[in-house]
Amino acid sequence: MNGHETLGERLAQQGVSRRAFLKFCTAMASLMALPPGSATAIAEALVKAKRPSVIWLSFQECTGCTESLTRSYSPTLESLIFDMISLDYHHTLQAASGYGAEKSREDAMQRFFGKYLLLVDGSIPFKDNGIYSTIAGRTNLDLLQEAAKGAAAIIAVGTCAAFGGIPNAKPNPTGAMAVSDIIKDKPIINISGCPPIPAVITGVLAHYLTFGGLPELDELGRPKSFYGETIHDRCYRRPFYDQGKFAKTFDDEGARNGWCLFELGCKGPTTHNACATTKWNGATSFPIESGHGCLGCSEPHFWDAGSFYSALSMPSSPLNLVTDAAVAGAAVGIGVSVANRMKKNSAKSAHVTATIADLKK
Amino acid sequence: MKSQTIPIYAQTDAAYSIGNLGALLSEISARLTNLAENGEAGMIDLNSLPFAPGEYEQLRQTLGQGEVSAHIEAIGPSEIIETGYPGVWWVTHYNVEGDIVADMLEIAHIPEILKSQAADIAEGLELLRAQLNDKGQP
Amino acid sequence: MNDDLLLTWVRSTGLDISIGIFVLGTLLRLFEIYSLGRKTDLAVPRHRSGASGLHTMFRRSAPPPGMFKRSPVSYVGGYIFHIGLFVVVFLFAQHIKLIQSLTGLSWPNLPAQFIDAAAVVTLATMLLVLAERINKPVKRFLSTFGDYAAWALTFLPVLTGYLATKHLLLPYTMMLALHILSAELLLVFIPFTKLFHVFTLWGSRWYNGNVNGKKGVPV
Repeated sequence: MNGHETLGERLAQQGVSRRAFLKFCTAMASLMALPPGSATAIAEALVKAKRPSVIWLSFQECTGCTESLTRSYSPTLESLIFDMISLDYHHTLQAASGYGAEKSREDAMQRFFGKYLLLVDGSIPFKDNGIYSTIAGRTNLDLLQEAAKGAAAIIAVGTCAAFGGIPNAKPNPTGAMAVSDIIKDKPIINISGCPPIPAVITGVLAHYLTFGGLPELDELGRPKSFYGETIHDRCYRRPFYDQGKFAKTFDDEGARNGWCLFELGCKGPTTHNACATTKWNGATSFPIESGHGCLGCSEPHFWDAGSFYSALSMPSSPLNLVTDAAVAGAAVGIGVSVANRMKKNSAKSAHVTATIADLKK
Repeated sequence: MKSQTIPIYAQTDAAYSIGNLGALLSEISARLTNLAENGEAGMIDLNSLPFAPGEYEQLRQTLGQGEVSAHIEAIGPSEIIETGYPGVWWVTHYNVEGDIVADMLEIAHIPEILKSQAADIAEGLELLRAQLNDKGQP
Repeated sequence: MNDDLLLTWVRSTGLDISIGIFVLGTLLRLFEIYSLGRKTDLAVPRHRSGASGLHTMFRRSAPPPGMFKRSPVSYVGGYIFHIGLFVVVFLFAQHIKLIQSLTGLSWPNLPAQFIDAAAVVTLATMLLVLAERINKPVKRFLSTFGDYAAWALTFLPVLTGYLATKHLLLPYTMMLALHILSAELLLVFIPFTKLFHVFTLWGSRWYNGNVNGKKGVPV
């Protein structure tokens, strides 16, 4: 496998100038929401870093996270990340296959035991001993537990690995679980999103490589620099929300004027992610800017949180009890009324007319 | 609502302001003051600021174009211009496919990226010396 | 349970249960109250202009003669916070959406700045009205746990709703979940507390006016 020389040595080998690397570090600083002036410091730190081994395990996933990350094969600044790491195992991207690829993975894990970075995408099925997803005859559960033993840190890429994702949605037939439900003794970073913004994935990798540790995480294990604020907090349509100007249907007058999409089901207020600032497709746009409400894809259980087109103030599932409650209420009410009337009538019939003679007795 | 009842209009490029621009210009002014009085450079990352459609263009128009424009080719193009306000540089980095990977205003005497880097100079010097040695050989 | 799960719960199961109890309780109590009927009045009804059920329904919207001077806070405060509640509950776009999803009805909303102002005025007025209740000796003497509970059940949804839209106190997801939860609590207790006046107010006024009107007395 490739040598694990320093990044500076590798860049020199590839004929990448220091100026080009500085440009890359400027982009990384921007991604990590660090002060733009820190690019020089990042460059100096990264150039001396040894390329760590990275193992990428794909479990019960749709490959959307890998797709998000690798939009093309021509050298781009994002793909430079893959030169910063030594990606020793990745189903979709690696050239090797079959037993050779598995041997390569085992070798990397052994050689860099305790030091490699483990990236996981996809959820891990748990039901029936995890039989619902296997690689080379071994269950995902087994593979994860083995790989986690020698990992320095685990990065759960995508909502499936971070929280269970779509396989975990009701009724969860495979017993899909998140990485953090299974591994309890290693540091885990959750990069949630369906898929996550590619810049966020590379940004976290860059942070780990630059600073040698995990960034500050929120209570769900997501890096605060990308997930610290909600979409709503940074949405450019916020002034319309504050004024109560909402689009009522797709493509109506309000929608054309860029009004708030709350009534069309936007989950921006409850969703933590960087879509409103970092955006998608090289900062082109994000769902709300394109006229569709946020789905809330970086939050746990977002598939079970009701229709994507139901506003947050609307019920997330239809009401079942109302008709029965009405019938029950009416029935009990009638029952009580009948009881009261009977009481009244029996009191009336038990009424004994008294005369003055009775009273004198 | 049936789709026939929603009228179809052609897309217009109507720009509207939400008020983000004023705040940004104030910050630029503060940093430029810092540069003028203390010689301290500063940077503002435009990627992290919310812009309504049209406000970004308004910023371009407001800052305008000065005397200097530079083009860098380093794993994709980068465009640098000095705006109409000397000391306020607009630096945009693109990747090979033309996506913006960094977009910032640099308030400095000259942007960092335009300076030749020490490591590159050292490498170039080595190559030049090797060339001279070759030429020196009969 | 994390914030998102709590929010989804109050938007589904919580809402189902609370509306169920509300409907059950309301029907139960309406039947209970109105099914008893009244003994037939065999006297010849007297007629006097201005003395009837309908008259009383509207006359009682104004304070009885002399009462306003004795307790202006009750009447002014009462009107202000009731109107404020109406504006906040029924003219806020997000609430109209909720009602539309449950009943299919909708109407235009007011701009959010008006709702904000109405919410603040309602909160301030309700605090004033509570202060009155505590400070005036007779009112304090007459007040029971039910009175204070009814006040709290009404105050909390307005407070939590305001805090949620303004992104104050707690992160938005939890604040919104608490707001919906407090509204559901209010729904659950309306049929079983004095808050049931929502449904019985007009009936009570009409009844009083009608009975006394037949005796020739405008009330």
